[in-house]
Amino acid sequence: MIALLLRDLKLAFRAGSGFGLGLAFFLIVTVLVPFSVGPQSSLLSTIAPGVLWLGALLACLLSLDRLLALDWEDGSLDLLATAPLPLESVVTIKALAHWLTTGLPLVLAAPFLGVLLNLPVPGFSWLVISLLLGTPAMSVIGTFGAALTVGLKRGGLLLSLLVLPLYVPTLIFGAEVARRGATGMETQTPLLMLAGITAATVALLPFASAAVLRINLR
Amino acid sequence: MTIAAKANALWEYANPRKFLATSERVLPFFWIGAGLCLVVGLIWGFFFTPDDYKQGSTVKIIYLHVPAALMAINCWIMMLATSLVWLVRRHHVSALAARAAAPIGIVMTLIALATGAIWGQPMWGTWWAWDPRLTSFLILFLFYLGYVALWEAIEDPDTAADLTSVLCLVGSVFAFLSRYAVNFWNQGLHQGASVMRAGAITGTDTEEKVSNIYFYPLLLCIIGFVLLFIALVFYRTGTEIRARRTKALMARERVNG
Amino acid sequence: MIPDLGKYADTVLWSYVVSIGLLIALVGFSVIRGRKVRAEMEKVEQRMSRNG
Repeated sequence: MIALLLRDLKLAFRAGSGFGLGLAFFLIVTVLVPFSVGPQSSLLSTIAPGVLWLGALLACLLSLDRLLALDWEDGSLDLLATAPLPLESVVTIKALAHWLTTGLPLVLAAPFLGVLLNLPVPGFSWLVISLLLGTPAMSVIGTFGAALTVGLKRGGLLLSLLVLPLYVPTLIFGAEVARRGATGMETQTPLLMLAGITAATVALLPFASAAVLRINLR
Repeated sequence: MTIAAKANALWEYANPRKFLATSERVLPFFWIGAGLCLVVGLIWGFFFTPDDYKQGSTVKIIYLHVPAALMAINCWIMMLATSLVWLVRRHHVSALAARAAAPIGIVMTLIALATGAIWGQPMWGTWWAWDPRLTSFLILFLFYLGYVALWEAIEDPDTAADLTSVLCLVGSVFAFLSRYAVNFWNQGLHQGASVMRAGAITGTDTEEKVSNIYFYPLLLCIIGFVLLFIALVFYRTGTEIRARRTKALMARERVNG
Repeated sequence: MIPDLGKYADTVLWSYVVSIGLLIALVGFSVIRGRKVRAEMEKVEQRMSRNG
């Protein structure tokens, strides 16, 4: 299992694998926001938590179609399916690798982009906490979407259409935590809900992803 | 063709054949029943019910809005049930029925959203508000779109049926979650579900109830929508079965020829 | 003929037009596709039975 994780990470850091594209996308979306809504700092600081959450979500979405596609094309997914490791673990590892290479960098980058959008000072810690709790769910849900569309030639757009509605609860509670944190309100309820959703998806969705992958590998 | 192959083919078509024959026999009743209920209910509601003292004549929209909204949700529940049956029992008719139902769900959701927007304009002063109910329906609409898109995208019919079934199961959980998330996120303008509350039916509920004058034509319209839904699902499932059979026959033709 | 709908006439009529229009479109498309598919199937079936 660890070998598989290391392999995925190594592949992700190798040149031409698109690592860092998600981060660059996150940066450019954040930079474009003031151009579209105007430079008033009061307005920017109001919308900053939501914009950063949406930006992170889209950056995460962008990297999903590569999550399984490369392994599918070169046939290593078939090998993994016949390996003694159960497919459930394989998809969990895949999601973990995706989170380490995409989700975690986004979380770390978010505070710096928060500065650009005039995020209120108490909001920083809550933004990082909410993203840290929310991005694993996005990776796991994304793995499910990637497993659904892995066999399709042009699955990219379909993947977004399938995955985005599934992101709704995570986005609502995650952005709510960041928003409430930024305005100094209590954050316990949405934080608990966000943590609950993440825990449940991480625990249960790999079974669905593995089932879907088995169907696609048939 | 060998005997074994013949028996195999017969077995495969046994269930769909029976479905087609049965649905052919009962379909006219459903079509006629749906038509009767809808025509009578809508005419009754439109011409012979008084205006509401608060909402004026807009109350007449209820005869379309409420049944469509009910069917939009029930259609998804039906798809969930048929998806489960497909995953457990592998009845092809079941998977095709789910496929046939999805576009009906889309249209019902559209009707509920459109009449809601038209109704909301004079009542709330806006076409659209990010009210929990409205938002949930919009999300449901997105789920329907994704479901149909996945069916269209996959060529192999059995793989498509499997994948969409799993999507339907997972989607149901997330749609349910979204409903509560959205409730938490914004308290709304929309009144509660007033039709099916027991108090509304017995008339003991004084607040926001749908009174009896409106209730009977509304009930008729709801029955009409249910019958129309059943008729459409039967008819469209039949179409899917025939399309599938045509494809299978053509494939066999190519192999033999 | 049409009852007095007061100032909300547009609202009510539009929602009826839109909804009934959508319903008719749904039924219409279903029936058109159903007819087409059925005709196609019968054609193929006949061809099959002729060629054995």
